[in-house]
Amino acid sequence: MTTAVQARKSPRKPWTPSQIILTLIGVAVSAVFVAPIAAALFTSLKSEAEAAEIPPHWLPEVWTVQAWKALWETGNITNWFINSLVVSVCVTSVVLTVSALAGYGFARTEFRGKSVLMGIVMSGLMISPAVLGVPLFTTVQQMGMVDTYWGMILPQCAPAAMVYILYKFFQGVPRELEEAAFIDGAGRWRVFFTIVVPLARPSLAAVGIFTFIASWNNFLWPYMVTNNPDLMTMPNGIATVMNSYGIQWAQLMAGGLMAGLPLIIVFVFFQRQIVAGVAHTGLAGQ
Amino acid sequence: MTTSAHMTTGAVAAPARARTAAATATVRRKQGFQHGGWFVAPFLALFVLFVIWPLLRGVYLSFTDANISGDGASFVGLDNYREALGDSAMWDALGHSAYFTLLVVPCITVLAFLLAMLAHHIERGKWLWRLCFFVPFLLPSTVAANMFQWLFTQGIGLVNETFGLDTPWLTDKSYAMLAIVIETLWWTVGFSFLLYLAALQGIPDHLYEAAKLDGANAWHRMVHITLPMLRHITGLVIALQILASLQLFDQAVVMMDFGPGPEVSTRSFVQYTLEQGFTSYRVGYASAMSIIFFVIIAVVALARMWLLRTREEGGR
Repeated sequence: MTTAVQARKSPRKPWTPSQIILTLIGVAVSAVFVAPIAAALFTSLKSEAEAAEIPPHWLPEVWTVQAWKALWETGNITNWFINSLVVSVCVTSVVLTVSALAGYGFARTEFRGKSVLMGIVMSGLMISPAVLGVPLFTTVQQMGMVDTYWGMILPQCAPAAMVYILYKFFQGVPRELEEAAFIDGAGRWRVFFTIVVPLARPSLAAVGIFTFIASWNNFLWPYMVTNNPDLMTMPNGIATVMNSYGIQWAQLMAGGLMAGLPLIIVFVFFQRQIVAGVAHTGLAGQ
Repeated sequence: MTTSAHMTTGAVAAPARARTAAATATVRRKQGFQHGGWFVAPFLALFVLFVIWPLLRGVYLSFTDANISGDGASFVGLDNYREALGDSAMWDALGHSAYFTLLVVPCITVLAFLLAMLAHHIERGKWLWRLCFFVPFLLPSTVAANMFQWLFTQGIGLVNETFGLDTPWLTDKSYAMLAIVIETLWWTVGFSFLLYLAALQGIPDHLYEAAKLDGANAWHRMVHITLPMLRHITGLVIALQILASLQLFDQAVVMMDFGPGPEVSTRSFVQYTLEQGFTSYRVGYASAMSIIFFVIIAVVALARMWLLRTREEGGR
C-alpha cells in the first residue's frame, strides 16, 4: 500500500525556480490560446443585441441561452450534425479499409507493375481537391453525384498520405511472423487479418483519428459539391447558411462551438493515443 | 525515405534465414502473385476515379472552352494557358498565396518548436498544455475563421478593445492578410506542435546526461543535441506547411465574407480558380489554372525531395 502511494508520488518533483517560471509562461501562453474559444463561448451566452454592442465586453451582462435555443429551433443544425456524422464515419471506415489493404499490398506482396503503381500513388500526395477542384467537380458531376452523400464521401476516400503511413509501418513488421504462418498453411488474407492488422492497431488508430478530424472539419469539398442546405455538413452549413441570414454573432458562435465540440471531446479522451499515434505513424521519426 | 526502407529490409533479409530462404521465397512469391493485386485494387479504384481521372480530365478541359454544363466545348489549343499567363489577376492571386506562405511557414515552425519545448519541459500538467495548444486545430476551419472575423471586426471586436487599438483589420488592405495569418497561426500551430513534441520525447535522455557530464550548458545542449536531432521533423513541418499554405482558401474566404478582401488583397489562387469555374462558368480556363497550380505544387514537392536527398548524401 505504502509503496504504491510512494510510487505515485515520486514523479512529482519539487517546484524549482525554473519550473515556476516555465509554468507561469505556460499559463500565459495557454491563456492566449484559449481566449478566442472563451470569447466565443461568452458571446454565445449573450443576447444578439448584447453581442453586437459597442464597445464590446468579454463577459455577458445578462447570461442567456437564447442563442443556443434559437439554433435548435430555427436552424438545420441537427441535419448538418447528422450529415457530418454520416460523412465522417463513412470516410473513416472506407479510408481505414482501403489504405490498410493497399499499404500492406505495396509493402509485402509482389505483383506486376508494383513499383510503377507505388510511384503514381505517391505523386497523388500532391493532388487535393484544392489543387484540382474544378476538374474533380466536373468528374463528380458527370457521375451524377452532385448533392448526394456519395459525392461528398467518395472523393475524400483516396488519400495517398494514409497509404504511405501504413506502408511504412507494414514494412517494419518482421517477415518471420508471417512466414511461420504461411508454412503452417495460412493464406495471405488470413495472415493479414489475424497477424498483421492486430499488430498495426496503434497506426490504424492514428490514421483513423486523423482521417476523422480532417473529414469532420473539411469545408472546401462539401462546399463545392452541395447546394442543398439539407445535405450540408456542419462547417459548411454554419459558414454559408448562417452567414447568409446576416450575421447573428451569438448564434454563429454557438453553432461553431457545437461543430467543434465532438472533436474536442474525442481529443480529451484519446489524447494519449493521439500523441502516441503521431510518434507511431513514423511521421515524427522521419 | 525510400533509401532507409530498403536498408532495413536488406539488413533483416541477409544473414538470419539463409536456410529457409529458398522455401520461403517460393511461398512468398506464390502467395504474393495470387493476392497482391487484390490488396491494392480497392484503393486504386478510388484513386483512379477521383485523382488520376480528374487530373487527366483537367488536362483535356484546359485545352477547351468548356463551360459548367460541359456541352458544346470546342478545342482551343493553348489559348487558356496563354490567357492565364497574361492574366494579372491570376498573378496577383498567386502572389497572395505565396505571400501568405512566406509569412506563415517560418512563424509556425518557430512557434511550434517553442511551444513544444515549453510543454516538454514543464513537469506538471502536461496534458493541460497539450490540450490548450492543440485545441484550436480541432475546430473546423470555418469556425476558427468566424471566431477571428468577429474578434477582428472594428467596433464590436474584442481584439481592438482588449489592446486599446482602432485597427481596421478586415477592411484595410494593409491589415487583411495579416489578420488571416494571425488566425492561421492560432488555428494550425497545434499540429506541428504535436509533431515536435513527439520528436522531443523520442530523443534519448542519455545524450543529455552525457553532455551534462561534459559540462555543456543548456544553450549548448539545445544547439548541439536538440536542434540536430529535430532536423528531420523540422524538414517535415516546413514541407507540410508550405504545401498546406499554398492551398490557402477556407480562412481567407470566410473571414472576408466570401469576397476577395479589401481591394482584392486576400484573393488566393484556389479562390480565383474556383471563381472562374463556378461563378464565371469558365471550366476550361479554370482547368488550365488548376493544371498550372498542380505544376507549381509538384515543383515545390520535387524541390523538397531533391534537397532532402542531396543533404542526406552529403551528410554521410
